[in-house]
Amino acid sequence: MAEVLVLVDHVDGAVRKPTLELLTLARRIGDPVAVHLGPGAEAAAPVLAEHGAVKVLTADAPEFADYLVVPKVDALQAAAAAVSPVAVLVASSAEGKEVAARLALRLGSGIITDATDLVAGDEGPVATQSAFAAAFTTTSRVSRGVPVITVKPNSAPVEPAAAAGTVEPLAVTFGELATGTKVVSRTPRQSTGRPELTEAAIVVSGGRGVNGAENFSVIEDLADSLGAAVGASRAAVDAGWYPHTNQVGQTGKSVSPQLYIANGISGAIQHRAGMQTSKTIVAVNKDAEAPIFDLVDYGVVGDLFQVVPQLTEEIKARKG
Amino acid sequence: MSLRIVVAVKYVPDATGDRHFADDLTTDRDAVDGLLSELDEYAVEQALQIADAADDAEITVLTVGPEDAKDALRKALSMGADKAIHVEDDALHGTDVIGTSLVLAKAIEHAGYDLVVTGMASTDGTAGVVPALLAERLGIPQVTLLSEVAVADGKVTGRRDGDAASEQLEASLPALVSVTDQSGEARYPSFKGIMAAKKKPVESLDLSDLGIDEAEVGLGGAWTAVQDVTARPPRTAGTIVKDEGEGGKQLAAYLAEQKFI
Ligand SMILES: Cc1cc2nc3c(=O)[nH]c(=O)nc-3n(C[C@H](O)[C@H](O)[C@H](O)COP(=O)(O)OP(=O)(O)OC[C@H]3O[C@@H](n4cnc5c(N)ncnc54)[C@H](O)[C@@H]3O)c2cc1C
Ligand SMILES: Cc1cc2nc3c(=O)[nH]c(=O)nc-3n(C[C@H](O)[C@H](O)[C@H](O)COP(=O)(O)OP(=O)(O)OC[C@H]3O[C@@H](n4cnc5c(N)ncnc54)[C@H](O)[C@@H]3O)c2cc1C
Repeated sequence: MAEVLVLVDHVDGAVRKPTLELLTLARRIGDPVAVHLGPGAEAAAPVLAEHGAVKVLTADAPEFADYLVVPKVDALQAAAAAVSPVAVLVASSAEGKEVAARLALRLGSGIITDATDLVAGDEGPVATQSAFAAAFTTTSRVSRGVPVITVKPNSAPVEPAAAAGTVEPLAVTFGELATGTKVVSRTPRQSTGRPELTEAAIVVSGGRGVNGAENFSVIEDLADSLGAAVGASRAAVDAGWYPHTNQVGQTGKSVSPQLYIANGISGAIQHRAGMQTSKTIVAVNKDAEAPIFDLVDYGVVGDLFQVVPQLTEEIKARKG
Repeated sequence: MSLRIVVAVKYVPDATGDRHFADDLTTDRDAVDGLLSELDEYAVEQALQIADAADDAEITVLTVGPEDAKDALRKALSMGADKAIHVEDDALHGTDVIGTSLVLAKAIEHAGYDLVVTGMASTDGTAGVVPALLAERLGIPQVTLLSEVAVADGKVTGRRDGDAASEQLEASLPALVSVTDQSGEARYPSFKGIMAAKKKPVESLDLSDLGIDEAEVGLGGAWTAVQDVTARPPRTAGTIVKDEGEGGKQLAAYLAEQKFI
């Protein structure tokens, strides 16, 4: 059967959830071949096999960590030459998109970014995208070359499906451009213990209405009562109340959880661009005219400092 | 020795307007007014700051787009860029990211450059891949998604704030930089800047000037094909309650009913 390359997104062999989602999608088109770059392949391989990888191609070299993007493109290009895939799937992270783009150019292929669904079609895989701040849904396909498609997190269920997962080393020769951009230093982010924003089933966000960094504990308490991730509007981030990594929206993360709770957020188009595809949307805002209420399944017009702590208490009480 | 900076800026439909697709499934540019992509203002701003820090620098702003796209160039010129290049050709209608990067790369080579600066993503296509494609085509290092950037001694340094880590990057010129909206507020054009912009040169080029075959761009030359576009169905009106002291409890009841609790 036709093979589909899947670039593995991992931290030292701990495979991230979006990759398992990619494996589910890849199986709709063919046999997934996972490409694991960097350390930790021994830990990753069984997980990839459990999720349908017929083969795991691995390569490790200091270049993958020490230089930006291009070494991974060189490796994926080698993988594509080794298996002649019918499609290449990459997670839609900032780096994933850059790797995919350069690979597409080298393969003489078109690229579709930020797909939210993928199905097999007569003329190759058909991808769903959302456009103009999710006001439109489009379907597209790549009409030339090997389709290179980046897929947003939460676009498919994680479905285990045991496969051989044969591990094979991948020979990679780095080109001249590989060492162009040096990573001089790297400061890892501290984990908050909360779920990853883009992967969380529930996201609780705070905006300008939260009115101060110290008040974000109100938002965090609600998030913790639900096991949710914490998001923020750009206004809250720009004010320095919450880290930029938690920003939801066009220039922040785009999230698509089962439940999104917006607190003290007006619902500007750029914020909506990042959360409009959430399954259920709830808002607390003291202004009944706030545009966010046009989007909600359930809205409370009220002061978040009254409503949110009461909600948190009630959730804790109900959960016992 | 002058530092030659080329900034790629896109002319986009205003995101606060009612954006649509045309019958051929491309962006309906007549539906709403266009403007300089707000995220490219950050690119112009960083280019201006890099130029200020250099002994001698010249900034060319470049756009690929229809006649109106000159407005985006004027805005960038009024912020302080020195000159502009406008690539305009009817055959460009419907170009995809691969084609766009081809035209931009040829125009950048035509201009001559030591540093290319772009935004992190356009506000319409929002693909965020044109910078990486440009670096690949030009064969120069990509130093992308920077929230902080500096150029000195023939080197670009910058900070890239990723999900897992914050990275300090370094590359030699010539190089391509893309900057995020965390890189620092873009300046407003001054009255003097706006007046001066009127006198700054804008070079117009078409595909033949850049030696690009029409078949490589446009809808026909695109390597991707949009099959279908549907407007997202309007959300059915939700329940809205006013907090009279029990708002939090009512919301909890709703969440329980929806099985979130
Ligand atoms: C190019 C570009 C990119 C952008 N990218 C993003 C992005 O990625 N993400 C993003 O969020 N924004 C983004 N923005 C900014 C966006 O346009 C808005 O400015 C921003 O989303 C507003 O944040 P906000 O809703 O928190 O603040 P505001 O619009 O000021 O709204 C605050 C809301 O809080 C309510 N409120 C105040 N006090 C209380 C209270 N005590 N209780 C309850 N409600 C209260 C108010 O009624 C109001 O509705 C971008 C803008 C541009 C130009
Ligand atoms: C809703 C929508 C979805 C699309 N999806 C796809 C897709 O999946 N695949 C595909 O191949 N094409 C796609 N396109 C087409 C694509 O957006 C255009 O080819 C566009 O010209 C370049 O991509 P971008 O705007 O997404 O650029 P980005 O990669 O988001 O732009 C990054 C930076 O590149 C520079 N830049 C980009 N375009 C220009 C320009 N014309 N002139 C000067 N500088 C520029 C700017 O500095 C900008 O900040 C899509 C278009 C739309 C409207």
